[in-house]
Amino acid sequence: MEVPILKQGLYLIASIQAALSDVDLVHLRDALAEKVGKFRARGVIVDVTVLDVMDSFASRTLRDLAHMTRLRGAETVIVGIQPEVAFAMVQLGLTLEGVDTALDLEEGLAFLDKKTKRHTSRG
Amino acid sequence: MGDQKVKRSEDKGKGVSPVREMPPPDDESTVSLLRELVNHLRKNRTQLREEWARRITAAKLLGAMSSEEMFAEATSVYDNYVEVLETGAVEALQAYARDLSERIIPRGVETDEVVGIVLLLRDVLARSLFAKYQTDFQLLNRILDAYEPAANRIANTVAVGFVQERERIIRQQQEAIRELSTPVLQVRERLLILPIIGVIDSQRARQLTEQLLRGIRTNRAKVVVIDITGVAAMDATVANHLVQTVEASRLLGATVIVTGLSPEIAQTLVTIGVDLGKMNTVGDLQGGIEEAERLLGYKVTPFSEVSQQPI
Repeated sequence: MEVPILKQGLYLIASIQAALSDVDLVHLRDALAEKVGKFRARGVIVDVTVLDVMDSFASRTLRDLAHMTRLRGAETVIVGIQPEVAFAMVQLGLTLEGVDTALDLEEGLAFLDKKTKRHTSRG
Repeated sequence: MGDQKVKRSEDKGKGVSPVREMPPPDDESTVSLLRELVNHLRKNRTQLREEWARRITAAKLLGAMSSEEMFAEATSVYDNYVEVLETGAVEALQAYARDLSERIIPRGVETDEVVGIVLLLRDVLARSLFAKYQTDFQLLNRILDAYEPAANRIANTVAVGFVQERERIIRQQQEAIRELSTPVLQVRERLLILPIIGVIDSQRARQLTEQLLRGIRTNRAKVVVIDITGVAAMDATVANHLVQTVEASRLLGATVIVTGLSPEIAQTLVTIGVDLGKMNTVGDLQGGIEEAERLLGYKVTPFSEVSQQPI
């Protein structure tokens, strides 16, 4: 299932609608990495609210995604991880290290605003 | 019931058969011997009781009770004791032992004291039997054969009753601790505190984590201060769980500040090799809240300083 990627100002928002297969995740990663350059986005938000399970492949792919977009000039923030999912993840040792997370879409936008403003003000 | 180990360790090695194997006193001669024994004990009640009380005081047992209380308690134990010897029915004694334990445990009476006084009574009575029957060694032997198993059974019953009562209290208290709700409190917009007090086992740790993660979601918290000043020690499992809680909170977009780590807990965390980069720790709760306010962009200024500024 394809994940819609919406452009919102300087940011790209990928809103996951249903459980994803490994192939879908890889597609999402590649599509975002590509579109970051195409739209000159400064930030990416991946909304995983609907996911009720996050396995090692998914978290690794999300981590790769965050690192790839960072290399292409956009910060990624993962939003909407459910409490149960979060705890299951840390128990499996999947802590998404080096990846920013936020409570929900709103928080994610606020986070990116703050982060990109800091970057621009620093020049 | 039936905890022979308690009894056996107290058994003074007089070659008595194990308590459980004692047949009920249906044997005709045993019954008559016990009756004689009971009559003797009834007749010398005052004297033996006083002897017993004196021995209890000398052994410095039941120090938590006044001498009047002790004497009253000793009297009823004595009467119960004789009655059990007579009837062989331990149910009444069990009930009495439970009742007694319920009364004296809150006063700080220890297990060894209770076992000690019962064994003293056993000893006092045995001595008086020796004194009475010392001329007829055969009879003394038979009397003791009847007396010892019954006396052992009584000591066993009282000790087990006491220990069971203790265990019941311990279970009750554990339950109470578990049920103590651990509140997740919002102190400012987006700032939660989670004060943890008491012993954390893995079950409670799990419950805490669930509450915290749910609290983060419902209160839309950005910063959480977990205060563990009230936790004296935690084992490696629980410490690991704490670290996992911190990481899970981060996945929800909240920063966790842990405050009030005791030296022992700090030691545990270092021993299990926690990545301190992931743990944001501040000395005390005040410092933690200040740090949280800084993260949230609050600046708390005393009112006097504000009003002095020219507007």
